[in-house]
Amino acid sequence: MSGKPLLSVKDLWVEYEADEAVVHAVNGISFELEEGQTIGLVGETGAGKTTTALSILRLLPANIGFIRRGSIEFEGKNLLELKEGELLSYRGKQISMIFQDPMTSLNPVIPVGDQVAEMFRLHNEEKLPKTEIDQRVDELFELVGIPKVRKSEFPHQFSGGMKQRAVIAIALACRPKLLIADEPTTALDVTIQAQVLDMMDGLKKKFGTAMIMITHDLGVVAETCDIVAVMYAGEIVEMGTVYDIFEGKVHHPYTEGLFGSIPSMDSHEKRLKPIEGLMPDPSSLPSGCKFSPRCPYCQDICKREEPSVRCMGSHSVRCRFVDMEGAV
Amino acid sequence: MKQETEYRKRSRIAFICKRFSRNRLAMLGLAMVLVLVLLSATADVFFDYHDDVVVQNVRNRLQAPGESPGHILGTDQYGRDILARVIYGARVSLSISVLVISVSTILGILLGGVAAYCGGVVDNLIMRINDIFYSIPFTLMSVCIVASLGGGIPNLVLACTIGVVPGFARIFRSAIMPIKSREFIEAARASGSTEIRIFMKHIIPNALGPIIVQATLNLASTILAISGLSYIGLGIESPTPEWGAMLSEAKNFMRDDPYLVIIPGIAIMIATIAFNLVGDGLRDALDPKLKN
Amino acid sequence: MSKYILKRLLMMIPVILGMSFFIFVILEKAPGDPARIILGDKAPAEAVEELREEMGLNDPFLVRYINYIGDALRGDFGTSYRTHLPVFEEIMARFPTTLTLALGSIVLTVIIGVPIGVLSAVKQYSILDNATMAGALILASMPGFWLGTMLLLLFASKLHWLPATGAESWKSFILPCVALMASNMAMLVRMTRSNMLEVIRAEYITMARAKGASEKVVIFRHALRNALMPIITIIGMNLSSLLGGTMIIESVFALPGLGTLAITAVRSKDIPLVMAEVIFIALLAGFINLFVDVLYAYIDPRLKSQYVSRKRARRAAR
Repeated sequence: MSGKPLLSVKDLWVEYEADEAVVHAVNGISFELEEGQTIGLVGETGAGKTTTALSILRLLPANIGFIRRGSIEFEGKNLLELKEGELLSYRGKQISMIFQDPMTSLNPVIPVGDQVAEMFRLHNEEKLPKTEIDQRVDELFELVGIPKVRKSEFPHQFSGGMKQRAVIAIALACRPKLLIADEPTTALDVTIQAQVLDMMDGLKKKFGTAMIMITHDLGVVAETCDIVAVMYAGEIVEMGTVYDIFEGKVHHPYTEGLFGSIPSMDSHEKRLKPIEGLMPDPSSLPSGCKFSPRCPYCQDICKREEPSVRCMGSHSVRCRFVDMEGAV
Repeated sequence: MKQETEYRKRSRIAFICKRFSRNRLAMLGLAMVLVLVLLSATADVFFDYHDDVVVQNVRNRLQAPGESPGHILGTDQYGRDILARVIYGARVSLSISVLVISVSTILGILLGGVAAYCGGVVDNLIMRINDIFYSIPFTLMSVCIVASLGGGIPNLVLACTIGVVPGFARIFRSAIMPIKSREFIEAARASGSTEIRIFMKHIIPNALGPIIVQATLNLASTILAISGLSYIGLGIESPTPEWGAMLSEAKNFMRDDPYLVIIPGIAIMIATIAFNLVGDGLRDALDPKLKN
Repeated sequence: MSKYILKRLLMMIPVILGMSFFIFVILEKAPGDPARIILGDKAPAEAVEELREEMGLNDPFLVRYINYIGDALRGDFGTSYRTHLPVFEEIMARFPTTLTLALGSIVLTVIIGVPIGVLSAVKQYSILDNATMAGALILASMPGFWLGTMLLLLFASKLHWLPATGAESWKSFILPCVALMASNMAMLVRMTRSNMLEVIRAEYITMARAKGASEKVVIFRHALRNALMPIITIIGMNLSSLLGGTMIIESVFALPGLGTLAITAVRSKDIPLVMAEVIFIALLAGFINLFVDVLYAYIDPRLKSQYVSRKRARRAAR
């Protein structure tokens, strides 16, 4: 391992400005990712996971989303300081992204094969001839398991799973060093989900790609990730290795709640324990700890002061009451 | 339960009003509409219809705006005060277009509503007949109507209404269609409401948004249509002041006195811009998603 | 596809019949006796009565309508009461003027309107965008005949750059085409802009950006086609409504087109001419709309495959 991480996000703050309200989507998150590693970003809808991903590629919606502070270093280079033109060689080539909904992420009027080939044309440093590009598209189709005769078909002729395979083919076309997968399986049938995940995992290992896996499915996390970051209201409330999160004894109250709200085969509890309440409105976040309104252990001080982060080795928790050596 | 729906209805209206009032352009349009309505309602206070608008006074003819203190916008080729004629013209245009749109809206709701609500054969029959009228070019049909039945306000209203209704019926049908299958309609039916009651109490109020928007925007286009028909001599007859007719009568004098054709045109534009602004504002307020 | 076209053509028949009947009914109410119009005021009553009988004007209303349709189906639209020329010839003599006007105006509208709409969407909230929207509002609120009059005043009366009336050279068509553009231009710019804005927010556009495509590629390769497809329908609708809507502008510029022909025909109770013109324009509009729909189906792969797969399914069923 080289001394420097592949990706290093430091103190990132992102806001959306819409109709006079300011939405605080991401509030000072930091994490690092080594080459070939997979980090899972877990949390409810609206926790800022997708915003984080879009910030890395600087694809926040224009005129609405703004990165306010922080740095995103990729191989030692701060992506936030790059000019638009310099970014183009990172997008797709070094860092690529799989979007949540394969139904809407392919262009409906361009044949699927063309959309895959576009990756080679956009990043054609080797000046590949057209026949070579065609051949590479065929190889990719084979790799993700789409019959290559379907190259000239349009997205609407593909099933959901096939579309997501095509999207994956596009994302992996240039062998990126980092792959951001934003809930790649949420929109798919359960049976297809497993197939697609297996395929992604295999390809990731084959190419040594690092990955940011955004999901709210803890099962997916346990299967694919090395590191897990639990996000809540734009903050990382707990981060650690998969072992820390799934087997560790100490947790953030939110993480506990998250695990309490999925059924487990071996516990004998009759009912699930859902987290009471809703995520706070990101345009008017509570003062102090953002989880305090829903936290079963909440004290007066939590409502007044921001908690500090407590660490123990690879494991860190953003709560004043956790004692990293013992329990809450 | 009843109270709660009442409350929700009121809060929705309040929300729409709030959105509308925050839209500066829409408020400007509303102010313009109010001024137009006020002016045409109080025209008699400032002018005498007979003396200023109808009677020809050749000695005073063709005084440019500002030339004579008594006539701010000057006088026309017959020596009549242009300001007075423009304001009385607003009264004519506004009242006719409001009448046309009111009648068309009621007919449109009936046709579109019955077609959407009944579906099947009734829907097909109404919409196919509607298509026939929809495909007759508007000006051509108006020309036929006015030429056959004679000029004057009633036939102008008839021509414009036949021109507007088919479009309304189509739009209102598609606005009512999705409401028909919503749960609360099923609920009302399950609780024993009669079909007519469901139609009047539940379906129409819920489709009112797009209906009001269409009505407002079509007020603007009806004002344009009336002035256009009057321009080719098929609408309002002289000496009733109408903007399009004023423009057409002044054509022969426009080379030397261009204000004669400029002023009525600007009056038409102000009126149409006002209703277009209000219509656009209403649309944005009713459905923020449609904005842009 | 051919079955679809046939179905659409068949559906035009009741529409044409219905509207021709409606116009026939209205014209029936028009004051004046066609025979009297043809023969002039001084003709003796017997001669008028004789002509009425000869023209079939004394037949019951429905019989006359059916006779008319029967003749029309055989291609005989009758002769003009006023000029005694076959109405078909009259229409064909005037049609090129109106067609030039309508096509010229549409082409200008598209050439100017589409780029402005696209630019306005790409630079949303910029000064250019705001100016465009304000301009569209003003154009939509401006009566075409007034715009025409203003253009006449400026370019013909004051500057003497362009002719005021007539249809002698292409120069005579510039002002009327521009005057006809106003409302269509406003609509086209708004539609282009809002379609483009909708498309730009689609996920496949973010995806195209994520692929590393430059802004130019994103707009021209990925966004434009999707945004412009629905515009084709609008253009077709505009063209078909223009063919029947040039009347007022033609009279502003004293152009000898279908519009001015219709006004004269209606005023002189020239029933065969009015009927033929209404039917002609409606047929034309119907064909244009059909053509646009077919074109659309060929351009949009989603629709195209629908037709193809239906055909395939039918073949498989056999």
